[in-house]
Amino acid sequence: MSITPQDTLHSDKDTESLSGATVRLAGDSGDGMQLVGSQLTNTSALAGNDVATFPDFPAEIRAPRGTRAGVSGFQLQFSSEDIFTPGDELDALVVMNPAALVTNIGDLQDRGVLIANEDSFGEKDLKLANLDHNPLESDKLNKYTVIKVPITTLTREAVKEVKNADGETLGTKEADRCKNFFALGIICWLYGRDLEPTIRFLDDKFGKKRPDVAEANTLALKAGWHYGETAELFERNYQVQAADLTPGTYTNVMGNQALAWGMVTAAHLSGKELFYGSYPITPASPVLEELSNFKNYGVKTFQAEDEIAAVCSAIGAAFGGSMALTGSSGPGIALKGEAMGLAMILELPLLILNVQRGGPSTGLPTKTEQSDLLQAMFGRNGESPLPVIAARSPSDCFDVAQEAWRISSRFMIPVIILSDGYIANGAEPWKIPDVNELDKIPISHPEAVAEGETFLPYSRNEDLARPWALPGTETLMHRVGGLEKEDLTGNVSYDPENHQHMTNIRQEKVDRIALAVDPVEVTGPESGDLLVLSWGGTYGACTTACRRSRDAGLSVAHAHLRWLSPFPANLGDILKRYRKVLIPELNMGQLSLLIRSRFLIDTVSLNKVKGKPFKVSEVMSKIREAVESLD
Amino acid sequence: MSTDLPVLTAADFASDQDVRWCPGCGDYSILAQMKKMLPNLGVPREKIVFISGIGCSSRFPYYMNTYGMHSIHGRAPAFATGLKVARPDLQVWVITGDGDALSIGGNHLMHAIRRNVNLNIVLFNNRIYGLTKGQYSPTSPAGKRTKSTPYGSVDNPLNPLSLAVGCEGTFVARSIDTYIKHLGATLQRAAEHQGTSFVEVYQNCNVFNDGAWSYATDRNIKADHLLELEHGKPMIFGKDLDKGIRLNGMEPEVVELGKGITEDDLLFHDEKATEPTLAYLLSRMRKEDGFPEPIGVLRSVQHPTYDDGVVQQMEHVTEQKGPGDLNALFRSGDTWEVGADG
Ligand SMILES: Cc1ncc(C[n+]2csc(CCOP(=O)(O)OP(=O)(O)O)c2C)c(N)n1
Ligand code: SF4
Ligand SMILES: [Mg+2]
Repeated sequence: MSITPQDTLHSDKDTESLSGATVRLAGDSGDGMQLVGSQLTNTSALAGNDVATFPDFPAEIRAPRGTRAGVSGFQLQFSSEDIFTPGDELDALVVMNPAALVTNIGDLQDRGVLIANEDSFGEKDLKLANLDHNPLESDKLNKYTVIKVPITTLTREAVKEVKNADGETLGTKEADRCKNFFALGIICWLYGRDLEPTIRFLDDKFGKKRPDVAEANTLALKAGWHYGETAELFERNYQVQAADLTPGTYTNVMGNQALAWGMVTAAHLSGKELFYGSYPITPASPVLEELSNFKNYGVKTFQAEDEIAAVCSAIGAAFGGSMALTGSSGPGIALKGEAMGLAMILELPLLILNVQRGGPSTGLPTKTEQSDLLQAMFGRNGESPLPVIAARSPSDCFDVAQEAWRISSRFMIPVIILSDGYIANGAEPWKIPDVNELDKIPISHPEAVAEGETFLPYSRNEDLARPWALPGTETLMHRVGGLEKEDLTGNVSYDPENHQHMTNIRQEKVDRIALAVDPVEVTGPESGDLLVLSWGGTYGACTTACRRSRDAGLSVAHAHLRWLSPFPANLGDILKRYRKVLIPELNMGQLSLLIRSRFLIDTVSLNKVKGKPFKVSEVMSKIREAVESLD
Repeated sequence: MSTDLPVLTAADFASDQDVRWCPGCGDYSILAQMKKMLPNLGVPREKIVFISGIGCSSRFPYYMNTYGMHSIHGRAPAFATGLKVARPDLQVWVITGDGDALSIGGNHLMHAIRRNVNLNIVLFNNRIYGLTKGQYSPTSPAGKRTKSTPYGSVDNPLNPLSLAVGCEGTFVARSIDTYIKHLGATLQRAAEHQGTSFVEVYQNCNVFNDGAWSYATDRNIKADHLLELEHGKPMIFGKDLDKGIRLNGMEPEVVELGKGITEDDLLFHDEKATEPTLAYLLSRMRKEDGFPEPIGVLRSVQHPTYDDGVVQQMEHVTEQKGPGDLNALFRSGDTWEVGADG
């Protein structure tokens, strides 16, 4: 469905034009902040803005109500310019209770707008948030524009006439569930956002089954908007113009969704059935859920009994000729290690997805981190090198899925794909491609062996790939297994020379991939003081930080790695051209370790493991520090 | 059009690899019966895949001239499930040992059986870890002295058939390595069954656990220790066919025929019973408790298979929604146009 942005309501207040804004909606996990956050995202994208989001929620499904542990937030930046991150400091913050206020206020910039539901700052609410005073009355809020709104009261008032099919009005509990849409209404007014997409969403979602719920939320939304317009609390509202995006048709995608779509697309482009073996785990489960919808696309999803069975089933499917994928997060990947080693020595194509989360052990399931890089590189017994590719943003997941499959099937090698919680749950506009114009992924299977010859399952082509012979083919019967294989025949071999030879070949296969993938690109000066080298989900923060630092007159270049194994062929050359290399990572220095040992250069690290992505300002101050230390 | 399938023999199923089991190992016999039986099925060799875990028994696929995968310890049912779901046209066998299937791989075995994936699982039970040179296994009897239990095992052993029946296995059977005709026939029935077939084979490891099954294989005494099941027949056993199994309330008991007890008083075998109760009761009959141990098919019932279910669901959804259209999928949410002028 395609709609054109249009104003349904018009504000008579003064309107100021902004290039963009960063807004966070925070409340209890039961307050529906994620829902209205994604509505605001959608509305902003439909208005033609570039958007980037950061949902941040607790690991508990129902954390104790009103407590700090139960706070759920949704942050969004929308802009008329090209943006890469959900923003650092907030221009506006909505808090639905005291716990949300105290845990989020630190991110609001001076003179930023704080909108608080004053109805939920009673004594009980304060106690739940472990507060002995009302933070709304604190002097510390003086530096902000504080707008106290009795959201609960006003929402109840707005929906009081709504009746259900039996002619009954809504109960208090149900009426209060509309509070989030009242809050959204205020924000929509403040930033000139159209209400129509949200009204349509409510109608689509509830219109048929619970028209009263659709109506109540719509009324709350509109009431919030009118409240902004009429209450003499705001001096003006704002407009953010459409961004200058490449022409085309756009939709919003979240990382996991783009990844699932990319996989189905890769299967289509290679003429394969997709098999996905997985076991539920945060934040990878949405990939399983999304792919399980696609039965009519030839996608087979298998929810296995554990991650070991998940990867093993995928290897079985790969042996049978499917495009096989298994996906999990760090703890599940740890379980898959032994089977990944088997897939490597079997030299079958397979994709292994790790949507990283905070570690170690169960760690921080709902938070983001990049700390599984070394696990991807080395987390298997024996010499078992595998290629590793990392997605850099939600929409990039779509391309990464295809590229990973292209390499995996061409080289007959399992490929590890790294994503992370930040990319997985984040959303951004995506220019929809025409599937018919995407590059096909050619795959061939041997059909027979010449008369009088024996089939050699471990013979190789110019890419060192062995033939992918499928069960059912008459003359190609063969056995594979985890014991060391004899060159060519694939028979079990304990020969010392052969083991060395096969080990070398398996490494060389990975190395040669460097020539088959794009070289790494540098933005900024081609040589000079500082190179920022990043990988994965920190792309946005690093890109923005480098741009702004250059605008501020610093000599800083940026290179972002898509392939972590093998490193791109030109990386060594590039690293040599700068006096210093800064590697920002959401771990304790894992890429640094690899770069240092591989290229024998010194690096400067910026490390953070707080379950949150980098702020642009954090990267910028490290850049400044690194440049200044050169003189 | 008719295609004449070449008539295959046991020799056609032998790979070019030297068999490396210890001389005298029971695995040889199972391999021989498998090769002898397979031609009866009329399934082309290239449509057959053997998948194993790790252990002496799991070397099996290397010796078969079919497709094969020697995978990792305990996980063969998971590989086989993925393969069967991806390729329902193949006949997939799982070859496993008592340690492989019941210890490290217990979880996968359980789930393959309860899903009723169309696989044939053959468990070579030698009541010992052969490949790792003689530690006790989950089927070693309590008190068993092995390298890792020098003072005797204090573990309570697991009964493979009870486990299979407990997982609602649709085909559960037992045979013995040296009882070759019975073994061949049992394997054939397993192959012909739709759904998970689970066959336990008593297998002698003559190096680390010689004679573990001698009570069931010794010519002189085996008849008193084995109950050969036949569907619809009374449960009679013993060298002189003078003993039987009778149900006393909920409990089976051994009775002597004659002295007022006739065949009609005995339990009749019904492998097709909907309830797995009888199969479970049979699975629990052990020599230690004074019972003959049943061999043959304990249970054989028809249930929908997992792999069929997967395919049918795909067909059903495709019928309802039409074949997937990626371009439409990408436009299924809200979309907006950005014109050339920005
Ligand atoms: C992950 C893992 N753990 C342990 C082993 C060592 N191991 C190999 S076979 C085996 C036991 C095999 O026993 P069983 O399944 O009864 O097979 P058998 O050799 O008796 O036929 C063990 C423990 C292994 N290969 N892999
Ligand atoms: S160790 Fe035992 S089971 Fe293994 S091959 Fe030798 S006799 Fe057979
Ligand atoms: Mg054993």
